[in-house]
Amino acid sequence: MIALLTRDLRLAFRAGGGFGLGLAFFLILAVLVPLGVGPDRTTLALIAPGILWVGALLACLLSLDRIFALDYEDGSLDLLATAPVPLEGVVSIKALAHWITTGVPLVLVSPVLGLLLSLPVPAYGWLLLSLTLGTPALSVIGTFGAALTVGLKRGGLLLSLLVLPLYIPTLVFGAEVVSRGAQGLAVGTPLALLAGITAGAVALLPFASAHVIRINLR
Amino acid sequence: MMPELGRYAVEVTSAYAVSLGLIVALALWYVARGRRVRRDLDAFEQKRGKNG
Amino acid sequence: MSSLWEYANPLKFMRTTDWLLPIVAVAAVVITTVGLVWGFFFTPDDFRQGSTVKIVFIHVPSAMMAINAWVMMLVASLIWLIRRHHVSALAARAAAPVGAVMTVIGLITGAVWGQPMWGTWWAWDPRLTAFLILFLFYLGYIAMWAAIDDPDTGADLTAVLCLVGSVFAVLSRYAANFWNQGLHQGASLSVAPGTRMDWAYKAPLYTCMVGFGLIFLALVLAGTRTEIRARRMKALAARERMA
Repeated sequence: MIALLTRDLRLAFRAGGGFGLGLAFFLILAVLVPLGVGPDRTTLALIAPGILWVGALLACLLSLDRIFALDYEDGSLDLLATAPVPLEGVVSIKALAHWITTGVPLVLVSPVLGLLLSLPVPAYGWLLLSLTLGTPALSVIGTFGAALTVGLKRGGLLLSLLVLPLYIPTLVFGAEVVSRGAQGLAVGTPLALLAGITAGAVALLPFASAHVIRINLR
Repeated sequence: MMPELGRYAVEVTSAYAVSLGLIVALALWYVARGRRVRRDLDAFEQKRGKNG
Repeated sequence: MSSLWEYANPLKFMRTTDWLLPIVAVAAVVITTVGLVWGFFFTPDDFRQGSTVKIVFIHVPSAMMAINAWVMMLVASLIWLIRRHHVSALAARAAAPVGAVMTVIGLITGAVWGQPMWGTWWAWDPRLTAFLILFLFYLGYIAMWAAIDDPDTGADLTAVLCLVGSVFAVLSRYAANFWNQGLHQGASLSVAPGTRMDWAYKAPLYTCMVGFGLIFLALVLAGTRTEIRARRMKALAARERMA
């Protein structure tokens, strides 16, 4: 399984692997929003938590269809499905690789983008914490969506239609943590709920994803 | 015939009209698709019957 | 009749719905017409809401069916996943467009009602938001079915999607609740004592609810019959190609 993880990571970091695409998208979004909304700092500070979370969500979405598509095309997914490693484990590793190549960079650059959007100072810690807790859920849920659409020729659009509604709870609680943090309010409840959704998704969704892949490989 | 709807006549009648319109359109679509599939299947089975 | 599972046999299902569907369809049209005419022409105006109260006779039944349709799809998906009855999967497929249209009707009538009462067509109220999200789930489900050629694969994938989607739909409902306290009044019909609605409204409302339920049933039965035929057609065509 570790071999699989390193293989996936190497593939993603190699040229053309799509690494950095999500990051660039995230950056562009943070530049476009002030251009569209206007440079007023109070307005930007007000909407920054929501923009950063929506941006993270969409940036995550960009690289989802790569999770299984290449393995499906060259047949290595069939090999993985018949390998002695349980498919649930394979799926979890794939989600982990996606998180390391997409989620972690997003978390790391988010304070810089927060600066661009004049996010209030007390919110930075909560932004980092909420994204760290929330992005694993985005990867796991996205892996489920990618598993559903793996056999389809043009699954990209369908993938976003399927995955985005599933992202809603994570988005609501994640953005709530940051905006409450920005106003100096208590953030315990949304933070706990966010962590709960991530824990539940990480624990249960790989089973659904693996089941769906078995159906698609039939 | 029409009841006295007062100030909100437009709202109430349009709500009824739009909803009924949508339901009727949905029903017609179901019926039309049902007819089409049924006709296709009948034609297909008849052809098969002749061939074999 | 020995058991409900007999109807899992497509042939038996077709034979039964042959005579059942016309009855349900006629009953649906008659009861809905009676309920709506009653509600539209023969109910008094509310002292506060004026005649807009009459929208309730469409709004509440359609909202109820929007949720019930999803629950029915969830149950049908579970039956398909566990017992592999084709009729069940196809019934779930047939129910989705009806549920989606009911959701749209609930949203539209709500907007038309909200405009004079709350002064706005749309507010990001938890109930309204949850309904919009439910509509997105319907869209995804329908799109998933439409994207897949093989009926059995499609049934399997959409069934899993329906299960996972149900969990996230409920989560979204609570998330929306948490996120914004709303304008929408609580349930106006309740079994608890101290009900807030007069029988002059309740009687036609119940009639409409039954009518909408029958409309849903009739459309699902008709749709399932169509899907069974379409599936048979595909199977025959596939056999032809093999031969």
